[in-house]
Amino acid sequence: MTSTSHRPGSSASPLTGRAARARPGGSPDRKGDPQPPARGRIAGDGFWPWLFVSPLVAGISVFYFWPVLQTAFYSLTDWGVFGGWTFAGVENYVALFADPSLYLSLGNTLLYTAIVLLGIPIAVYLASLLNLPGLRFAGLYRVLFFLPYVAMPTAVAMVWRVIFNGDFGLLNHALALVGIDGPYWISTPGAATVAVAIVGLWSSLGFSLIVLAAGLKNIPPEMYEAAELDGASRSRQFRSITVPLLTPSIFFVTIVTVISSFQVFDLLYAILGSSNPVLPRSMSLVYFFYREGFVTNDKGYAAAIAMVIFLIIGIVTAVQFRLQKRWVQSD
Amino acid sequence: MSPSFPSPARRGIAALAGVAGLALALSGCSGGGGAGGGSGEYTAPEDDLSAKITYGVWDQNQVPAIQENIDAFNEEYPDVDVTVNVTPYAEYWTKLQTQASSDTLPDLFWMNGPNIGLYGSNGQLEPITGAVDAGDIDLANYPEALVDLYNIDDVQYGVPKDFDTIGIWANKALFEQAGVPLPEGDWTWQEFQDTAAAISSALSAQGIYGGAGGMDGQTTYYNTIFQAGGSVIDGDTSGYDTPEAQAGIQFWTDLIASGGSPSIQQLTDTTGDQWFTSGKLAMYWGGSWFRSAITDTDLAANVTVLPLPTGEEQATVIHGVSNVVSAASKNKQAAQALQVFLASEDAQQQQGDAGAVIPAFTGTQSAFTESLPDANLQVFLDAADYAEPLPVSKNSAAWNAAETELLPQAFSGQRPVAEVAEELAEQMNAALAEE
Repeated sequence: MTSTSHRPGSSASPLTGRAARARPGGSPDRKGDPQPPARGRIAGDGFWPWLFVSPLVAGISVFYFWPVLQTAFYSLTDWGVFGGWTFAGVENYVALFADPSLYLSLGNTLLYTAIVLLGIPIAVYLASLLNLPGLRFAGLYRVLFFLPYVAMPTAVAMVWRVIFNGDFGLLNHALALVGIDGPYWISTPGAATVAVAIVGLWSSLGFSLIVLAAGLKNIPPEMYEAAELDGASRSRQFRSITVPLLTPSIFFVTIVTVISSFQVFDLLYAILGSSNPVLPRSMSLVYFFYREGFVTNDKGYAAAIAMVIFLIIGIVTAVQFRLQKRWVQSD
Repeated sequence: MSPSFPSPARRGIAALAGVAGLALALSGCSGGGGAGGGSGEYTAPEDDLSAKITYGVWDQNQVPAIQENIDAFNEEYPDVDVTVNVTPYAEYWTKLQTQASSDTLPDLFWMNGPNIGLYGSNGQLEPITGAVDAGDIDLANYPEALVDLYNIDDVQYGVPKDFDTIGIWANKALFEQAGVPLPEGDWTWQEFQDTAAAISSALSAQGIYGGAGGMDGQTTYYNTIFQAGGSVIDGDTSGYDTPEAQAGIQFWTDLIASGGSPSIQQLTDTTGDQWFTSGKLAMYWGGSWFRSAITDTDLAANVTVLPLPTGEEQATVIHGVSNVVSAASKNKQAAQALQVFLASEDAQQQQGDAGAVIPAFTGTQSAFTESLPDANLQVFLDAADYAEPLPVSKNSAAWNAAETELLPQAFSGQRPVAEVAEELAEQMNAALAEE
């Protein structure tokens, strides 16, 4: 956004007032200010900053860091059902990397993630539609799109289970009207993963939409007006203004979507059902973890799976942060 | 359940933290545990015993009957305060495991066949040997197969509070519509197969089926395996590699192949009980517990119960829940007193009169049959005579997962039954060896 703030006269333009109103939470003047030099100097201020963040650090340490360390430890043990462990070295990891279920569930998780990520372009498009000036009932639409996100995943899953039903489901009924013979969605390997991912996409759309809509509010309207004066079409404006200036928000929702997709469990568990014969071929990484840890009671092995999931998500996120320099427009 | 279910509000914002939450799910179960089992010591307490105890159960439908039991118990022990904790079945075992690991099990709680081995052999439960020696519980009053189910390594941990057997729930209206006579008395496998196929073909236009297989061993293939003279688990080894067990599996493959049952895919989307309650299935293999799904529905007037068909022999699976006392209980005496009371004839009669379940105490079951007088529920009680206990081991869930994964391939005809069964036996033996 550097280009806008340096455009001469733009801050004096009568349009600026509108821009300021359009982003009530932001501070339009900040952009031109030099960066405060004191940033990142937390260590130099002695212990005071640490004192203020200590409640948070304590909570995170007890509830997140300590369990991570414990899990790392237990992944090296043969861990009994009711506690009690014997050290097993890397045995769990050796067995895990030789277990076809790991690669199968990783593949399913990647497919799921890929499909759910398709929701982001859809969300960008919908968000820009919702942001059209003068759109009536914009607030209502936003609520409607957001509702699935706050609905209970199990309740959502039960409704979709009915929709996906092979014999009596709404989806196959609709497909039959156009002459397509739909599969048994939740009991055909492959189709089951796609079915769950469709629901995942649908229910995460609301969150992406809200984040992106907030990002859109940060694009100064005068840019669109300038573009219009230059004769740019709506679609050209979308491609050359909306999308580039929205990249920080897109980056954020991409990170969040990838992480939550890698952790998919509840939807899969509730839509497919625990006695579904295709479940072993459609399970996600976290379901694999759950099955080993809580169904077959092999908790040391499950701890090893958890560590692998932890590492995969860490690596994927780190790679995303590295790649963002290539495509995210920062201001 | 476990923190690995991210709640919608947390998803997103705490996503990274959620990764660590995975780890939390696991280590939440650490610490404590491994306590030595109880000694089974027991003395009936004085009437003025004062204690607060918790009673863990999973079935909300049974709470009114349980409350009646507790009221009666409090007439004897007015100062024992019993809190009933209901946890839905889906979360019950996960929660119980966590509680056991941190020595915070309820004082008294429900136990079932697939889990008794795990808890009994890991020293989590107080045996009832003291109460039996004192004559306060007489094992002869309960179905023998179920008493044996709660005996681990020759130690008795509980007696059944109720029992269930399997029968065939039949929709008389569909028989009539198909023009197929309703079978009477005992019948054979072949007669069942022919009846199912005949109804399916007569009513195929309406999408109605005669019978239905399924993925639940207790109501379907365990029964036919026993009827074929086979076993699911024999001592420490799998019974699936025997021709008898394979004949029991073949029964369902044949039923699906003949069109007598919906396909495995159809049954995954819509389970057998749903087919039946929607009036699309003439014969549903189901437990006595299914009665509560029938009572007060339009279907009730049309329903009757048939005995399971006879293969090489007559057999059904029997199972029942038991009340067990935690070895770590701080009010063991009060918990044991309640355990003994719940096993008594009076308490069992109260359970029976409430009609939610078939009580286990011999002679208290008549109220159950009267709850649907025209449906011939007597079949379920008679079946107790030739019943086999639900096959379980110390970690049943480990090989149950293999059954769910492999058997559908045999039922659907995708792979030969013998080949699938051999593979299943191999995996099951590996799981049993780890116990």
